[in-house]
Amino acid sequence: MRYAYYPGCSNHSSSIDYDESTKAVFSALGIRLIGLDDWNCCGTTAVSSVDPLVSMALSARNLALVENHGYETLAVTCNSCYSMLRRAGDYCRDSAFAPAMTSVLASVNRVCQGRVAVRHVLDLLVNDVGVAKIRAIVRYPLNGIKIAPYYGCLIGRPKASFDDSEFPTSMDELLSVVGLEVVPFDRKTKCCGSTLMTSKEDVALALNEEILNESVQRGADGIAVLCPMCHLNLDAYQSKINKKFKTSYNVPVLYFTQLLGMAMGIGEKDLGLFRATGARHKLLKKVSV
Amino acid sequence: MFENAGVINESNLDREFVTQVASFPGGERIYSCLQCGTCSGSCQMSYAMDYTPRRLIEMTRVGMKKEVLSSKAIWYCAACYLCTVRCPRQVKLTEIMFALKSLALREKLYAGKEDSPVLYTVFLDVLKRFGRSHEGLLMTSFAMKTNPFRLLPLAPMGLRMLAKGKLRIIPARIRNVEEIRRLIQAAEEVRP
Amino acid sequence: MSDIKVGVYVCHCGTNIADRVYVSGVAEFAGSLPNVVVARDNQYMCSDPGQEMIKKDIKEMNLNRIVVAACSPRMHEPTFRKCLESAGLNGYQFEMANIREHCSWVTEDAEEATEKAKALVAAAVARVPYHEALYERFTDMCSRTLVVGGGIAGIEAALKVAASGNQVVLVEKEPSIGGNMARWDKTFPTMDCAACILAPKMVAVSQNDNITLHTYSEIEKVEGFVGNFKVTIRKKARSVEMDKCTGCCLCYGKCPVKVPSEFEAGLGTRKAIYIPFPQAVPNKPVIDRATCTYFKNGKCGVCRKTCPTGAVNYEQEDELLVEEFGAIIVATGWQTFDPALGSQWGYGRYDNVYSAIQLERLVNASGPTKGKVVMKDGRSPKSIAVLHCIGSRDKNYHEYCSRLCCMSSLKLALLLKEKTKGEVYNFYIDIRSAGKGYEEFYNRVMEEGVHFIKGKGAEVIEKNGKLVVRAEDVFLGKYREVPVDMVILSTACEARSDAARVAQVFGIQRSRDGFFLEAHPKLEPLRTATEGIYIAGCCQGPKDIPDSVAQGAGAAAEALSLIAAGKVKISPVVAVVDANKCAGCKICLPLCAYKAISFDSISKVAAVNEALCKGCGTCAASCASKALNIKHFTDEQILAQIKEVLAV
Repeated sequence: MRYAYYPGCSNHSSSIDYDESTKAVFSALGIRLIGLDDWNCCGTTAVSSVDPLVSMALSARNLALVENHGYETLAVTCNSCYSMLRRAGDYCRDSAFAPAMTSVLASVNRVCQGRVAVRHVLDLLVNDVGVAKIRAIVRYPLNGIKIAPYYGCLIGRPKASFDDSEFPTSMDELLSVVGLEVVPFDRKTKCCGSTLMTSKEDVALALNEEILNESVQRGADGIAVLCPMCHLNLDAYQSKINKKFKTSYNVPVLYFTQLLGMAMGIGEKDLGLFRATGARHKLLKKVSV
Repeated sequence: MFENAGVINESNLDREFVTQVASFPGGERIYSCLQCGTCSGSCQMSYAMDYTPRRLIEMTRVGMKKEVLSSKAIWYCAACYLCTVRCPRQVKLTEIMFALKSLALREKLYAGKEDSPVLYTVFLDVLKRFGRSHEGLLMTSFAMKTNPFRLLPLAPMGLRMLAKGKLRIIPARIRNVEEIRRLIQAAEEVRP
Repeated sequence: MSDIKVGVYVCHCGTNIADRVYVSGVAEFAGSLPNVVVARDNQYMCSDPGQEMIKKDIKEMNLNRIVVAACSPRMHEPTFRKCLESAGLNGYQFEMANIREHCSWVTEDAEEATEKAKALVAAAVARVPYHEALYERFTDMCSRTLVVGGGIAGIEAALKVAASGNQVVLVEKEPSIGGNMARWDKTFPTMDCAACILAPKMVAVSQNDNITLHTYSEIEKVEGFVGNFKVTIRKKARSVEMDKCTGCCLCYGKCPVKVPSEFEAGLGTRKAIYIPFPQAVPNKPVIDRATCTYFKNGKCGVCRKTCPTGAVNYEQEDELLVEEFGAIIVATGWQTFDPALGSQWGYGRYDNVYSAIQLERLVNASGPTKGKVVMKDGRSPKSIAVLHCIGSRDKNYHEYCSRLCCMSSLKLALLLKEKTKGEVYNFYIDIRSAGKGYEEFYNRVMEEGVHFIKGKGAEVIEKNGKLVVRAEDVFLGKYREVPVDMVILSTACEARSDAARVAQVFGIQRSRDGFFLEAHPKLEPLRTATEGIYIAGCCQGPKDIPDSVAQGAGAAAEALSLIAAGKVKISPVVAVVDANKCAGCKICLPLCAYKAISFDSISKVAAVNEALCKGCGTCAASCASKALNIKHFTDEQILAQIKEVLAV
């Protein structure tokens, strides 16, 4: 099995540990992720806010690259990239804007027919690899650890794909396979605020406080995430949240691929666990026990 | 003045505004809104907005262009698409929000103290230079254009990330940045 | 064909046709066509003056063929056939050119519309010379009526037909009649007890000598045609012999199996052998073989040991009855939308989120809590939210308005207010209270202090151990988070999950929303496209009790007007076999959907049963030797028409 791989901008900086752990887990499963050559930023909500068609064109260029290389599936880690690339694919395939998109891409000699299946790595792990195969290579089940599954908002939006838009369960399944106790989590797909953390910090901090709060109420030892933006906001901004809300959260936030990798016995270094800036030592300590 | 308080001046309404918004990608279903408020009730930001999302739709349909484009509300949208997936009339409100933000930027109608329009513009600028985003550059340019002091509290976090290899100093640049610039230009030309 | 004299009449239909089609131009053009003696236009051809004009011309000009260019023949073909007959012509010497539905309503450009109208008229004029006089015939029919579904609509239909002295067979899928209404506590707007008004009707059914009741039974097959349906009814094995059972209840008292009760919407339990509710008709138990221990592993048998009359019979088998009916009334009802499909409302996730049906059982004196409104922990709720339009008016689920839930929500809100004395909030999009006494009821509920928040309940979340409804207060233009103890989801009324299968069995159509389709949305609300099969109640679309009862009675009138005639008309538009041409290849036999063609083994040719034939034309189209033809749709008639359409 092999897939074209779109890391997204964050995976080359703030979420480099997501990139590392994803590659490590896929390689442990014998799947090749082939980095897309010369990919560009998907545009994300920032560019969509300046000019939706520009952001669509930026995403479409990446899809054009994939089509040009003859890959059928593009593996994506970041929820925002995932949502934007899917959206662009849909608009290129069938919408009133398809002709416009075609001509925009033609101006740089690119063609995007929207044929590429844009798929989240979670989708690939659950539906292509399957839990049975993952269960088979678990070496150190993460028993005794309670985890809050936080999917972030864009995993099933603007339209549902491989899981429900509001109450997805596929990561729950995956995490329980590696021995984790997955707690019920109402705020699974509530938004972390994304870039509002920069421009509207107060509201964004409040959103993340709610998520941290529920994870603690549910007795979770940590939060599993699958989006760099969610990770940044929940993890790096935790001390700011504590300051603003006079709380004392010390919640480890890990990429789901890191948790899977730990259970598979992949080394700390390969999973980027040493890059922890937040509270993850607490959870790691529990694992080693 | 007193007699007119609360009365909409019909001649000030822009009847073309809704057509303009509807011509954006995903804007076409704005006419179908039944004003049930599912969007506002779903939105995690509506408590902070000056107009609820539902109201923005009605104001747009009525033609209150200036009020809508200068509202604070549009800059609170985090684009989580919850309103879109829940809307009983399948109005693509998140896309409409993008359209409104885009128009507010183009017509420079947003309030001067809004930070989001600056952030988004800076983001596009970085993208035009490198083809990709760069967190450090983005944050510093944004701060320089809004409030340089906002960098101070972020510094420890930035240093911590730098130490752990989570922040690049030199921005990643794609080979074909020129292509990105041309692509952006071409897309800007077809915009509604 | 020199003696053919055609009269052409072009209708304006007010502005319906005349707005797009240059009507007098079409008439003038028609006047130039071969065989046409006279061509006129008129405001309304279907009006008395319009018809008089035709009659006068027939008499004065000796016309023998008439073409009317107007609306769809579905609307007025019978009108004009009668008109011809009263002027002494055969009704089939007539052709209608549809220049409204097929032309003016669907064409934007007036020039194009006029050209198309001319083509359609010319085609009709070319066709009529080949028309022959045809005569309708009559056949005997069965006077019995089958009513399918024992809810309030079916009960009403059965009682009304039976009151006329005619025989009725009422078939109900569940172990008891009563339908959904049997689960309700009170009925709006009068707040009278549902059981008190329904039970007498249920008893009346069981006591009526003209009604044969088959509960726990389903329709397996429907054959035949109007007046002469042959229906196969499957009486599922009840495992209790009805004639021996005295309804003493000893059996289910002893049964060790407890399962969630369907009747109690999962809030209470029932046994594996059970009577669904106290007023059930018939008041005799049934064994649910899927959950009964005896049927699962052969052990137990307590109920058989307990029964003093030996009525319990584990060996009982399904019984197939084949019966004849003249008319069929389908009143199979509806089901409630599953609110778990919208995870945002918390149904199934939070203990104190209930569906409206569950609340009906909670407030009901015979329900699982004996009418007490309590939360899962037994406490009485101090604040309750009623969320309207759950699954209705929502393109993600059902686009239509379910019509009855506004009023039922108001009723439930009032009951909650009375029973809990707490705060009751209605979250609504619009209050739809169109009905006699309904708006007054709405006012009363408001005046009783129930809160109304205009804004759809967007989601239900839990915050600090309390349920919170998030919504916009649209009137205030403000976002609100209303903490409550209990949430009621007012769920949509939807077509039953077996509607597709039922439609297939009866050969009736469904509309896009899944409900059964009536023959005409305004003028034939109870008929279906299949003659002799009528629909009533919520199987056609969401309805409240008064409307369901009215439809049940109306469907009974439809059935009785058919039965009272004593004979059914057979259309002369049927297939005919030219025995000289038929090669006896039998290709047509399996193609006939109505089993109207048989093979005459002596003369070795196909034969058509005109009573069964619907004139659909499938056989004629498939006949390689052109031996089969449909009267009034012969090859030469159709080809003349096509040639002319293409020629203009």
